[in-house]
Amino acid sequence: MSDPVSALHHATNSEGLVSICEIGPVGMITLRGDLSAKPFQKAAIAAGGVNIPNQGRCLMELDRGIAWMSPDELLILCRYDDVAGKLGDLNGKLAKHHALAVNVSDARAVFELRGARVREVMAKLAPVDLHPEVFTPGMFRRTRLGQVAAAFWMPEEDVVRLICFRSSAQYVFDLLGVASQKGSEVDLF
Amino acid sequence: MLIVSCPCCGVTAEETEFHAHGEAHITRHTVGSSDDDMETYLFMRKNPKGVHFERWRHQYGCGKWFLMARDTVTLEVFGTYPAQTTEPPADLLELIDAKRPGWREGA
Amino acid sequence: MSTRLATGGRLLNKSNALSFRFNGTEMRGYEGDTLASALLANDQMLVGRSFKYHRPRGVVAAGPEEPNGLVNLGRGDRFEPNARVTTTELFEDLYAESQNHWPSLEFDVGAINKYLSRFLPAGFYYKMFIHPRPLWKHVYEPFIRHSAGLGKAPKERDGDTYEHVHAFCDVLVIGGGVAGLEAARAAALTGARVIVMEQYAHWGGRTPVDRGEIDGAPAQDWIDATLTELAGMENVTLRTRTMGAGVYDHGYVLGYERLTDHAPDLDGPRHRLWRVRARHIITATGALERPLSFAGNDIPGVMLAAAMRDYVVNWGVSVGDRTVVVTNNDDAYLTAIALKHAGLDVPAILDARVLPQDSELMAQAKALGIRVLMGHAISSVKGVKRVTGVAVCSQAGAGAVLEEIACDAVAMSGGWSPVVHLWSHCGGKLRWDTGNACFSPHPDHPPLGADGAQFVTTAGAASGMFQLDDVLNDAFAAADGVTRTLGLKLPRAVAAPKGERREEAPMAPVWLMPQGASVKLREKAWLDYQNDVKVSDVRLAAQEGFVSVEHAKRYTTLGMATDQGKLSNINGLAVLAGALNEDIPAVGTTTFRPPYHPISMGAIAGEARDAVFQPVRRTPLHDWHDANGAQWEPVGQWRRPYAYKREGESTRDAVMREVTNTRQKLGLLDASTLGKIIVKGPDAGKFLDMLYTNMMSTLKPGKCRYGLMCNDNGFLIDDGVVARIDDDTWLCHTTTGGAERIHAHMEEWLQTEWWDWQVYVANVTEQYAQIAVVGPNARKALERLGGVDVSKEALGFMEWAEGTLGGYAVRIYRISFSGELSYEIAVDASHGQALWDTLLAVGADLGAAPYGTEALHILRAEKGFIMIGDETDGTVIPQDLGLHWALSKKKDDYLGKRAQERSHMADPDRWKLVGLETVDGSTLPDGAYAVGEGKNENGQRNMIGRVTSSYHSPTLDKGIAMGLVLHGPDRMGEVLDFPGTDGKTYQAKIVDPVFYDKEGTKQDV
Repeated sequence: MSDPVSALHHATNSEGLVSICEIGPVGMITLRGDLSAKPFQKAAIAAGGVNIPNQGRCLMELDRGIAWMSPDELLILCRYDDVAGKLGDLNGKLAKHHALAVNVSDARAVFELRGARVREVMAKLAPVDLHPEVFTPGMFRRTRLGQVAAAFWMPEEDVVRLICFRSSAQYVFDLLGVASQKGSEVDLF
Repeated sequence: MLIVSCPCCGVTAEETEFHAHGEAHITRHTVGSSDDDMETYLFMRKNPKGVHFERWRHQYGCGKWFLMARDTVTLEVFGTYPAQTTEPPADLLELIDAKRPGWREGA
Repeated sequence: MSTRLATGGRLLNKSNALSFRFNGTEMRGYEGDTLASALLANDQMLVGRSFKYHRPRGVVAAGPEEPNGLVNLGRGDRFEPNARVTTTELFEDLYAESQNHWPSLEFDVGAINKYLSRFLPAGFYYKMFIHPRPLWKHVYEPFIRHSAGLGKAPKERDGDTYEHVHAFCDVLVIGGGVAGLEAARAAALTGARVIVMEQYAHWGGRTPVDRGEIDGAPAQDWIDATLTELAGMENVTLRTRTMGAGVYDHGYVLGYERLTDHAPDLDGPRHRLWRVRARHIITATGALERPLSFAGNDIPGVMLAAAMRDYVVNWGVSVGDRTVVVTNNDDAYLTAIALKHAGLDVPAILDARVLPQDSELMAQAKALGIRVLMGHAISSVKGVKRVTGVAVCSQAGAGAVLEEIACDAVAMSGGWSPVVHLWSHCGGKLRWDTGNACFSPHPDHPPLGADGAQFVTTAGAASGMFQLDDVLNDAFAAADGVTRTLGLKLPRAVAAPKGERREEAPMAPVWLMPQGASVKLREKAWLDYQNDVKVSDVRLAAQEGFVSVEHAKRYTTLGMATDQGKLSNINGLAVLAGALNEDIPAVGTTTFRPPYHPISMGAIAGEARDAVFQPVRRTPLHDWHDANGAQWEPVGQWRRPYAYKREGESTRDAVMREVTNTRQKLGLLDASTLGKIIVKGPDAGKFLDMLYTNMMSTLKPGKCRYGLMCNDNGFLIDDGVVARIDDDTWLCHTTTGGAERIHAHMEEWLQTEWWDWQVYVANVTEQYAQIAVVGPNARKALERLGGVDVSKEALGFMEWAEGTLGGYAVRIYRISFSGELSYEIAVDASHGQALWDTLLAVGADLGAAPYGTEALHILRAEKGFIMIGDETDGTVIPQDLGLHWALSKKKDDYLGKRAQERSHMADPDRWKLVGLETVDGSTLPDGAYAVGEGKNENGQRNMIGRVTSSYHSPTLDKGIAMGLVLHGPDRMGEVLDFPGTDGKTYQAKIVDPVFYDKEGTKQDV
């Protein structure tokens, strides 16, 4: 088997207001089921290595975690190479329950934005209130970025991680580049 | 452009995250139904000037369908509620009664 | 003449002199000038020609309400027509040309229209050019088009960039005059998140020009202190050069920020569109002065009184040496006084009012030695390209001239109208304020937001308050009230500052000057300068029955120019009311629509241009395709290779080669875009039986089945191969364009109809790169890779297997959309390119070559396979396509089943799918219609069918097509006529749609 190749081969752009970097491949498992059921929770916690996050939030450690996607869906994040094992575990633990676990690692691209102006770069593209008192680390927001779907969170202040579909990775990379172009400071936050 | 609150994920966001899908609480007719019932099911839609119950999807968010009661003239939103129901919740109807007395005659 | 004064000009930085060009002439100005003030400083009073009569026109105003001063600004990729001189800040090397004249601004041929003005009244075009009808298209329209239009359209791509920003706040204050600043200050003190937008580059609005004290000191001191206070507050965002352009539903506001218009050399976007969501909006948008309607009120040199004092105070520019002031209110006296203070001559103030005693300002003017004539008016203005004098009459009469006064400028004031646009955009109603003769916001009928409560509040002059103390109190009260509704509270001891109060005599409404003006005078009394609408036009419209204000507007074009009637609307509807003998409020206003002032198309588009104009979706193999001659075809947002062109080949050559190579050797197709949806759960089989017309629950694990999907209207919406993965898991393939749509369709039924069914679906389309390996050599190639057994026995037609192929973890589907031996291999997208490279390498000597979507289409058409979007168009049902075999008779129900029994669906006259073969081997035009006997009720030939797909088949070396034809399957062998758009008629024979390998032996080897 070849080495996995991420959507943009770790493309970077540090010309503008923030640095933009494609950081795949990241392991991702879509897990659907009854979020309140004990066996489901146990399986998810085992796979993600963190607790089940509340609505609209994510719990992330270095290279693993869980994001709340919808009332019946979680996104497990892990190392790319760990996906097969975790999928096997999940399918085993949930075999007797109505649940769905699928690998979506290759279907996505992940970007990391760094810099003091990450909030305003995001505010140019997403219809989301990014005020520091409103959007805080720990929140996980699925929304629109320009004209495509995306989800993002802030692992810490001045850092944004963003997930989009693999097919729109180039669009998102270009879009972020435009939004962080020199001279486009907003001084909004 | 409206602001919509998704009852499924708790996000309040502008309309561009959502998609409207027409009238809510339509009864599906199928095999065994009369032609008239099929016509009603497939084609007959209310077009009220005022209170309207409609289907929406949080397209760029959690992806869930939900229902919304809205005034088509003032665009006031009376409330949103989950799609897994055949009629609006009683408390929402009461709220609309209070805000739009007599609306049911026109509905 | 107009000139730069030695002193004054509070907005100028005289240490930075700038040069610029207007109509080729080099001129000088200063930093802080607008193009208008700089032009006036260079004695360039004449700035343009009017739209209809090409009359010479000068600057009338000093702000966005300016109707005349429109120029072609900039050059090349920075060219922009209709730029307003009053809102264009001067910069070094600015380049402007006047517009709407030929051959020159000074001498214009079109000005002859003014001699015809008696023959060009309201509705002239409607009346004149209707007969004779045939002349419209070839004579009248080209002529009118030639003479119409203001600026030139840009020829080059816009060289600038633009962007949007989404902002949120508790209180958005629009307008940075004293009212806006006070409202912002008070709101911010409650802790609210506040954004303040000011359209100009400077704060404070009119107050520094109009003077007056706040808290006992000059207003400028208070403005400076308040700005400092606001700038120091974390919760406040201040923005100059940012106009509140429109107020929309639920607190949505568009702000238009001009970042580099004043300094084109700066980096970054030119304009930024602010997409603001505010919990409440305070519009402190001030008021606009109204012109007076008298004969010759459009001659260059006639200007709004307040604008004239702006030019003197803000920019140190005198519009004329001798200025006659004409007014119906006290405010214009400020202009006379300001001019006097600047050392300029004011021979007279003509005041239309008759007052029992002098007001404070009147006394001041008289004390300066200005002659004040009460009850007087202008009968007409003298001059052509420049004012030379005024003929004075009494306002009460019909215009008999009492005396003539020589002057080179006229300052007029017809009173003030609050800027109610933003209040009105989203439904705020107005009421008539008799005292100020203006429409002001009706506090009982505000715009209502998402919760049904008021979400816009006006402050200051926008509320109809014109005294400084009223303005400040109103702004404070607005902020206090608004923040209370948001659950916020002002700290104790915070109060409004004390504004100075000036005793003023009441204004008197004057809609026509003199009130009994003769027809001859009315024909020279302009209401709308930009669109050349006069008092006489509005009266004519009323006379001809256009009694609704909206009708009169469109008939006369009053207020329809780029200034949207900021100066003309109130005067126009007052004239209309007069002509109809109605009260002004009964006539009402036309609708105020956003934007308040034109904004650039670039700002609306924002970042969406060039590479990111719209998303382009790329497969994991995109870069390889690009490097290997792919001619791209957009399929939805995807780009797919149409064909791979080789050196010396035409695109058609490439397509033919690809088809032949795939039929004879080995073709590789990037099928990654096909939708892949996992459906899992105890009720998944039942669910799929409802979604597909055929039976999916009985499919055995390891097997594949082709399925059709209809909506509940019965129409075909998608097709594809379904593979059963295990007992409760299916994988559904959809069309390229169908992945998201069908995924949403599934979720919709699960969430809104069968929510008690236990099924989960997941769209895994992009998880996999999918490669179709097609052709007689396909098996040989895969066997070389080793791993999964791909023999006929181990992996039969319509089966799938999972395993390792050449070291890659794959799922292999033995399905065929070409009629050849075919395997579709799904591999994780991150390994897609590597597998593709491996397949090409291993198949090199077997003839492995990629093929594109056009070859794919031909291959499937040769086999008579339908394509969603070609053979279907949203009105086609499976029965039309002869797909009865895919309609389960065992199932009680599936989506579309009942609808397909409706009488129209069961009609034997529905057009049915057939194959079409041209008589001469040529290719039928795609989409061509077959014509039958007779004509329909519109005299058109009856149509009996149409072509849905048409190609040249290299395999059969002839044109093949599919089409829907009336009673088609019953008419085999019949030849139909298909008229093409090229004038030829194509003849085609009706045949079976399967042109190649009818028995299907090749795919099942």
